[in-house]
Amino acid sequence: MQEQYDYIIIGGGVVGCMIARWLSRYEGKVLLIEKEADVGMGCSSANTAIVHAGYDPLPGSLKARMNVKGNAMWDQLAGELNFAFERRGDYVVAIGDEELPLVHKLMDQGKKNGVPGMVMISGAEMRAREKNINPETSGALWASTGGICDPFQVTVAAGENAVMNGAKVLLNTAFQDFIMEGKRIIGVRTNRGDFLGRWVINSAGIYSDDVMHKAGVRPEFFIKPRKGEYYIFDRADVSIDNVLFPVPSAKGKGILVTTTLHENTIAGPNATIIDDKEDTSTTKEGLAEVAEGALKLVPSLNLRYSIANFVGLRPMGNGPCKTPGVVYNNDYIIEIPEEVQGLVNLGGIESPGLTSAPAIAEEVVDMLRDAGEKLVVKKDWDPIRPPRPRFRNMSHKDRQLLVEMDPRFGQVICRCENITEGEIIAEIHAPIPARTYDAIKRRTWLGTGRCQGGFDMTRVVNILSRELGISPLEVTKRGTGSQYLFRETKRVEG
Amino acid sequence: MLSKQIYDVVVVGSGPGGVAAAIEAKKAGADDVLIIERDTELGGILLQCIHNGFGLELLKEDLPGPGYAEHFIKEMLSLHVEVLLNTMVMDITPQRHLFLSSKEHGYVEIEARAIVLAMGCRERTRAQIRIPGMRPNGIFTAGTAQRWVNVEGYMPGKEIVILGSGDIGMIMARRLTFEGAHVERVLEIQSYLSGLSRNLVQCLQDYNIPLQLNHTIKRIMGKNRVEAIEAVQVDEKWNFVPGTEEIIPCDTLLLSVGLIPENELSRKAGVKLDPITSGPYVDETFQTNVPGIFAAGNVVHVYDLVDWVSEAGFSAGKNAAKYAIALRNAEARYTPLVAGKNVRYVVPHKLDKSTLEKEDVRLQMRVTRPIEQPVWVEVHDGENLITRKAERYVRPGEMVTVVLKTKNYADVAKSSKLTIDINPR
Repeated sequence: MQEQYDYIIIGGGVVGCMIARWLSRYEGKVLLIEKEADVGMGCSSANTAIVHAGYDPLPGSLKARMNVKGNAMWDQLAGELNFAFERRGDYVVAIGDEELPLVHKLMDQGKKNGVPGMVMISGAEMRAREKNINPETSGALWASTGGICDPFQVTVAAGENAVMNGAKVLLNTAFQDFIMEGKRIIGVRTNRGDFLGRWVINSAGIYSDDVMHKAGVRPEFFIKPRKGEYYIFDRADVSIDNVLFPVPSAKGKGILVTTTLHENTIAGPNATIIDDKEDTSTTKEGLAEVAEGALKLVPSLNLRYSIANFVGLRPMGNGPCKTPGVVYNNDYIIEIPEEVQGLVNLGGIESPGLTSAPAIAEEVVDMLRDAGEKLVVKKDWDPIRPPRPRFRNMSHKDRQLLVEMDPRFGQVICRCENITEGEIIAEIHAPIPARTYDAIKRRTWLGTGRCQGGFDMTRVVNILSRELGISPLEVTKRGTGSQYLFRETKRVEG
Repeated sequence: MLSKQIYDVVVVGSGPGGVAAAIEAKKAGADDVLIIERDTELGGILLQCIHNGFGLELLKEDLPGPGYAEHFIKEMLSLHVEVLLNTMVMDITPQRHLFLSSKEHGYVEIEARAIVLAMGCRERTRAQIRIPGMRPNGIFTAGTAQRWVNVEGYMPGKEIVILGSGDIGMIMARRLTFEGAHVERVLEIQSYLSGLSRNLVQCLQDYNIPLQLNHTIKRIMGKNRVEAIEAVQVDEKWNFVPGTEEIIPCDTLLLSVGLIPENELSRKAGVKLDPITSGPYVDETFQTNVPGIFAAGNVVHVYDLVDWVSEAGFSAGKNAAKYAIALRNAEARYTPLVAGKNVRYVVPHKLDKSTLEKEDVRLQMRVTRPIEQPVWVEVHDGENLITRKAERYVRPGEMVTVVLKTKNYADVAKSSKLTIDINPR
């Protein structure tokens, strides 16, 4: 028998998980399907981790509205879901006098978008606030509502809270087609069977165009991946405490230098439009471009202290803005299309998609209500996703107490980031279980330090093997096909 | 469980440098020597180096890594060095307090009169040499692959390309060939070999594994697992030579591109590092800029031969012991003077015992409350009364004085602490 759901969400990125979390508040069965081995493996895991203030999107666009509304929701969201978030503000820095008018323009745009708490500061003030900034700075826009977060934790926490409230998350489950009854969608076909649902929500990120085309919706809509390459720096050697944007260009918000909540400085991204949605490769040219951009903001940045590079693909769409008089063709799509029944269609949710995610989830709920859904709040709905201990961030005293309570927190597995066996085991058995190396890495920051997993790799594979009851040969880095090991070594007989 | 709160010498890391330091610290007269190892066994990286070539200089023997380690571990254990396994040192302060974490012993703080840092080195990774391309599984440092094969007993690859002609890379080329893998070739960006010539002969040439100098990797291909690498020739400035690209199908890329001393703990302790070696600045006793903190072996700079690491460890251990003993003697020279019953404070706060050998010392104090009856002002060491003085009464407004006489020297010399109490007679 096919399982019957009320809401089926395609795609477990930050938007899909946030929608699952919002819908799990109400009576009804929620299913989220994700083609990868974990949630948050696409754009949600490879970005700049910034909660944008909202001065950047074009006034009047849906993107601008979602950005500003979403930004305001983050304090409560972080409080309820217990992920790392800090509203430390951000800067758009003009280098040389010729860039200053662009910063003023951004300020005006921010005001039109309703962004609170923006101030222009002088070059001298900027230099005082960030000693590493290019001394030729002529001034900056300071947006106090800008924030930084741990985007991996955000996605996982939203998904987990949905699961705690009754939603079901199926990993390694790839959407193949809609099941239709005339013009009505009644379910989805996947590699793991059919699932029936009254509503299907397309939050397939970079593949959202393919998904909507299967329903016959917006055949003219296409996602073009915009590849962004990044550097991560060793926190022991590079410490930039602020979020520093350059002035934006036609290519987007530009190559920034920013701190993260793990205290690692990161630099990036560039923006290269590509065709292949799976091409997450770094390039020599791209990394050189990022280096150049980063050095323009922070000339003292020493690339020698880079400990990793990564690539994110932003799902840039060609959705037209619906606001009369606003000409803009890369807007978000959030709609219940008329061509079919039973579809909530999202598309082109590129940056600031992370910031907008809670606002998008709320928008989806509002649309469903407008479409006649009753949406009765569950009596036992719990908005809180409890925090889990993070050894690295604790005082000596708290570590002592934690290890006394559970000695597994005393066994340090990742030497650079100080991640313990207790934390790893907790993630493996969490509401959305971390069953791959990278799933643990995203949740704990294990293996992200200067040795890049050289020390912990064998140990984590052994822990995964033990906890999941599988052979080390079956343990993967990121799902099927990414095994570590081929076979056992030769045995000496006798 | 830990036998002490304060140790003479604490050694961080039980590789060849650490074990040698512990041995020599003990031989040089340190009482309590503790060696801390984060892995399940003593020996460090030597345990996964099952090839031979160790000990030719120091032991005049050709031993495999574990054999070399065992030789010194046995000696160390016979000297009653205390051992902590499965324990990570989380923090070291400039005052030589160490915070340790382990499943078995919990999270504890200990003190050391001297510390020997012997954390060894780590391997450079892909990001540090910035190889572009995809980020699939199957890219390992040679040392991690060595652990997979020699300690864990698993094969991390079948078709293998090695970047870098470092010793571990060449040794792993031979090891993986023994185990039935195919090592396609070793690429080296420099125009010369970076490891030892003997390894080129014994590990590559003897097994017909080609070494390509002036070659590097232009990009890595494969989504989930390495599928191929693109090799390219470079000119003397390491620019790619167009037209020399070659796509080599493989499932594994091993990196043997250099080692970096592991000094994150040293930094926490305030140890200054030389940007060229990436190790601490040391004097000829292997002492760092932080008094009482010594460093030995690959944590200081990367050695060619383990024998030299052991020698550095001997020297650091001996000097750490000297430092600890001098500190212990200085500590023993003084005894603190403690305000006991009805005493608010005593001046002086501590006493150099040797002073009492030559002259009397006057102690002055104030009481906490008036006692309007005859009292004894008593100086004792916790068990034995050393001297006492009678007063008809004591009042906070009137300073009380008692004198320690040269005749009390013998008693005071034995004490670790003197307490002054005022009791009714």
